[in-house]
Amino acid sequence: MPLPLAEFDALRARYPRGFESSLVLPCLRRIQELRGFVADPDIDALAGYLGVPRVQIEEVLSFYTQFKREGVGRWHLMVCRNVSCSMRGAERVLDQLSQRLGIGEGETTPDGRFTLSTVECLGSCGTAPVVMVNDAYHENVSVEALDALLAGHP
Amino acid sequence: MSGRKLLMTFDVTATSHTLADYRARGGYQTIEKVLRELKPGDVTKEVAASGIQGRGGAAFPAGRKWGVVHLSDGQPHYLCANADEGEPGTFKDRWILEYAPHLLLESMLIAAYALEVRHAFVYIRGEFDLPYRRLAGAIEEARAAGLLGAPLFGTDFSCDIIAHRGAGSYVCGEASGLLTSLEGKRGYPRNRPPRLTVRGLYQQPTVVNNVETLANIAGILANGAAAFKAVGTAKNPGTRLISISGHVEKPGVYEIEIGYPWRKFIDEDCGGVQNGVALKCVIPGGISTKVLTAAEIAPLTLDSESVEGAGSSMGSGGMIVIAEGTCMVRLLQVMLRFYHHESCGQCTPCREGMGWMHRIIDRIVAGEGRPEDLDQLLRISRMNDGTTICGMGDAAGYATVGILAKYRDEFDYWIAQKRSRYDGNLECRRSS
Repeated sequence: MPLPLAEFDALRARYPRGFESSLVLPCLRRIQELRGFVADPDIDALAGYLGVPRVQIEEVLSFYTQFKREGVGRWHLMVCRNVSCSMRGAERVLDQLSQRLGIGEGETTPDGRFTLSTVECLGSCGTAPVVMVNDAYHENVSVEALDALLAGHP
Repeated sequence: MSGRKLLMTFDVTATSHTLADYRARGGYQTIEKVLRELKPGDVTKEVAASGIQGRGGAAFPAGRKWGVVHLSDGQPHYLCANADEGEPGTFKDRWILEYAPHLLLESMLIAAYALEVRHAFVYIRGEFDLPYRRLAGAIEEARAAGLLGAPLFGTDFSCDIIAHRGAGSYVCGEASGLLTSLEGKRGYPRNRPPRLTVRGLYQQPTVVNNVETLANIAGILANGAAAFKAVGTAKNPGTRLISISGHVEKPGVYEIEIGYPWRKFIDEDCGGVQNGVALKCVIPGGISTKVLTAAEIAPLTLDSESVEGAGSSMGSGGMIVIAEGTCMVRLLQVMLRFYHHESCGQCTPCREGMGWMHRIIDRIVAGEGRPEDLDQLLRISRMNDGTTICGMGDAAGYATVGILAKYRDEFDYWIAQKRSRYDGNLECRRSS
C-alpha cells in the first residue's frame, strides 16, 4: 500500500515548519484507517517520508492503545469497564458479549466478524455503559439491547 | 437551577454548534473588540484580574500561567488546549467540543493574541470521534470565513488552530506528556523546572490550558473581569461544568455556579441517587480525588475551599455518585487496574508500584488476601507520593488512601471472610 502522500503533504502544510515529527500520530492514524493496522513497510515508508527515526515510530505504535500492528475483526467491540461504566452494568455487558460471541477478551470470532476488547475510560460516563464499535460510541448499552447491537453490525 | 450560567447560555439545537448560529449569538465580536482596543499584556491582566483557576484539575490561576510568558522575546510561542479528557468520571469538555466549538476557537484566538502565538493546537483524545468532527468542522468553517490563518480585522495579527488527535493514553492528559505526544513521541511527562511556559513544545514557551478554562476567556473579555468575579465565590469565581455519573438518576453535564450546595445539586438538579437508594459516598472530581462520605458532603458547597477543607478536591469536575450497598473493594480494584494499565512506565515507583497495588487488590478479591496487605497498599501509596515525574503516582495513592481510610472494614471483612460484604456489587440495587 503506497502512502497517501498528497494528503500527508496537505497536513504537513498546516503545521509550522520543522514540525515533521508531530505528524507521526496523524499519519499513523490515517494509515491504519486505510489498511486496518500498521504494517512493517508502512513504518519504513513513513520514517522515510517524515525523516524521523524508525524506532520513534515503533515506540509510538507500542505505546498508544489505539494503534494496531495486526488486523482485527470487521467490527471491533471495545467495552469500557472503568468505574462509572462498571457501576452501570458494563461487567454484565462484557460477560454477555463474550458468551454470545463465544470468544474471550482480545479474541476474534472465526468468521472474522467481531473482535472483543476491553478499554479504560472513554470519557462518556454520563451515558454508561459505553461500547465503542470501530470509531462510534454506543451509549447507554443494556444487556437487553445487545442482540440489536450485534445485528446492526453484519 | 444550579445558579448563574456562563457557558450553557443557549439552547442546544441541531445547528447551535455552527458558525452561523455562533455569530447570531454575538460570536467573534469579542476577538474583534480585543484586537481593536487592547494590547496583548492588557488581555493577560484582565484574565489575571478575573481570578479564573484552571478547570482541568490543578486549579492553577490561568492569569499567572500566562503572565510567565515573555512577550516580544524573539521566540515562537505556542498555545495548546488540553482536550485529552481522560480522568475517569470526567466528560465535560466533550460538551464544549460538541456544542460550542466556536466559543473555544474564539477564546483561543484571544489567548493567542495575548501570548503572541501564531500556531495553536487542540490536543484531543483519539477516541473522541464526534467531538473531533465537530471541532474540525468548526475550524474549517472559521478558516473559510477568514478567521483562522489570516490577518484579522485589519490588524497584522493572525493565528491558525490545528486539531491534533491522540491515540489512546491517559498520561497524555498531563500537560508535559501532552506536549511530548504532540511532538510525535511516546507521551512521557517531563521534569519541571523548566516550566512549560519557559520550555514547552519543541523547547519553546507554551501555554497548555484546559478546554473549559479557555472557553471562559471570551466571556471574561466580553463582559470584563469584574462581571466574572461577581459569579461564584470570592476566592473561587465563575462556574464549573460538572460531569456527574454513577448511581445518580440524571447523569450528565451540568453547569453550576461555584459555591452551589452539594446535596441540593445531587438531590434536586440531578434527581437524587439512582432507584431512591441512600447515598454512601461521592468521588468529587475524577477518581484521583479522595472519596467523601455522605455525612462529609452534607454541609459542603461546590467550591475549592469547601471541598479542600474536607480533605479532597474539585479536581476535574468528574463527580461519581456511589449508593449504599456498593462494594468499595471491587471499586478500588477497578481503579487500580486502570492506574496499572495507564502507567507510562517512565518512573520506577509508578511502573512497579501500580503493578504491586493491582496484584494485591486482585489477590484480596480472589480470597487470598493477607492481613498485612492493607498496610502494604498504604506503604506503596506513600512511597509513590511525590517520587514520580508526573502526578499519576500520587493520584493512585490518593484514591487508595481515601478509600482505605473510610472503608477499611470492608477490606478486613473480605480478607477474613474471603468474600464481599456486599456481594461484590458495583451496580445500584433496585430500591432501598
